[in-house]
Amino acid sequence: MYLRDDEKAMLDGKEGLAVQKAMEMLVRYGEALGAEKLVDTNNVGGYMIADKVQMERFGSFNKVFSELSIDSDTAIEFPKVKVGSCQFETPMDPDYYHLAGKTKEDYDLYQKNMEFLANMGIQLMCTCTPYQVGNVPVKGEHCAWMESSAVVYINSVLGARTNCEGRESTTSAMLTGKIPYWGYHIPENRLGTHLVEVECDIKTAKDWGLLGYYVGKIVQDKVPVINNIKHNPAMDMIKHFGAAAASAGGIEMYHIPGITAEANSLQDAFGKNKPRELITFGKKEKEETYEILNSIGKKTEVDFVMLGCPHYSIDQIWNLCKMIEGKKVKDGVNFWVFAAQSIKDLAVRNGFEKIINDFGGLLMRDCCPALGRFKPEGSTVMATDSAKQGHYLPNMTGIEAWYGSTQECVDAAVTGRWGGKL
Amino acid sequence: MGKIILHGRKVVGGCVEGEALVTTETISGWGGIDPKEGTIIDLRHELAGEKFAGKVLVYQGAKGSSGWSGQFHEARLNNVAPLAMVFNETTTKIALGAVVTRVPAVTDLDQDPTKVIATGDWVKVDGDNGIVEVTKK
Repeated sequence: MYLRDDEKAMLDGKEGLAVQKAMEMLVRYGEALGAEKLVDTNNVGGYMIADKVQMERFGSFNKVFSELSIDSDTAIEFPKVKVGSCQFETPMDPDYYHLAGKTKEDYDLYQKNMEFLANMGIQLMCTCTPYQVGNVPVKGEHCAWMESSAVVYINSVLGARTNCEGRESTTSAMLTGKIPYWGYHIPENRLGTHLVEVECDIKTAKDWGLLGYYVGKIVQDKVPVINNIKHNPAMDMIKHFGAAAASAGGIEMYHIPGITAEANSLQDAFGKNKPRELITFGKKEKEETYEILNSIGKKTEVDFVMLGCPHYSIDQIWNLCKMIEGKKVKDGVNFWVFAAQSIKDLAVRNGFEKIINDFGGLLMRDCCPALGRFKPEGSTVMATDSAKQGHYLPNMTGIEAWYGSTQECVDAAVTGRWGGKL
Repeated sequence: MGKIILHGRKVVGGCVEGEALVTTETISGWGGIDPKEGTIIDLRHELAGEKFAGKVLVYQGAKGSSGWSGQFHEARLNNVAPLAMVFNETTTKIALGAVVTRVPAVTDLDQDPTKVIATGDWVKVDGDNGIVEVTKK
């Protein structure tokens, strides 16, 4: 891999041991990819939380992060980050840690993590959706982000450039301001590869989730171009679409002609590429996808309703409030809604949190059940409006899952029964 | 039975041999494996419940969340990592994952390894030279 002078200087240790170890990591990684060079980035989104087991194993934050965040056998002292950096979501809500089966000890360690990261200069956004709370990359901007649902959003909807990075590559990028120039940093790799002709109406968030899940399953990690969308999606629908597509396959980039950043037309979307495959999404495919997503659900008695994956926007919280105002969650059902802290602050200010609390639910921040590997104690059947959470949580906690619309989830919370259908 | 030799590209160097665990599917790291046990936990995966610890993992590629490398990194620290990785599709997830798992890894082979190699075959992975040598069981 070709290295520029400033990169060689970092590798030679001219900027200290931490930057040197981070650069060594990026060089090993770039060579494994077959990348020709590195590229500058000033926008890094990563994950650096040490859990109890890791702390017990390594003894200090510097040692944990040396091993797990830059894959260095030598323990280094972490300096302040070199470029703009934020923390994605975390394993717990510090306000409700006890409900997620975490201990006071876990809570104390969480707060120490936050303090350590803040001292490094990492912004504690603690959300899977930094683009909802102020980090909105510009078209063409080279980023180094983790979190598959955020990666697919900023690449496709905004036209920023990032691959789906990992813990070790993002922390190394925070310290060096570099990331391998590979994959979606290179313009021609961003062009469409598969044409998806949509033959049914895609109107609701539930429809967008099904379309995303289907397209992800079929094209895996290629670049689908979604054609024949007749109704412009709201931001939350397209957010949900990408999250579903990224969990079912590995989609990091897609185009919707006339809607997403780099495709004013079908021709723009494909550029010099010819579609490798034509995929149709009609009534039959929609039904099949619905069956797959609901194949883990058996019992119709629901005891957990999970909303907010990816983290809810303030609009989604308000829409939810309109559905639940004056109603009550059935006894024995946990109703949990997840958002970024700054969105929650706004919801508190607007009185939306009170509406959720009066309904019998909770508005949580910083985390989600899948990332924190938790569920309400004793719960066995979940209803969710998130294709992504429905995909992951059964694997991680053994819970059964039903996927449907937000309204169907609210109905399940009120009646304690899943009555969703396509 | 004779040996089958596949030629490809080095991802991570080193040379090991062991028993193969093969899937034509992609694998999720975060939410797809248990890094304490070294098993596949994705209920919708054809290898659900299978142990990859100490085996040559032959698969299509990586999918799912960006926690991929972190999960395999943890598996290495818990001594339940695969012995080597042989795969078809290079992505950032899999390249970073292979680097931090620190096991020999090879890709871009001249034949599809998920078709040529079957679970239980004996496989030698020479990462430095990008060579995979298969002895059918």
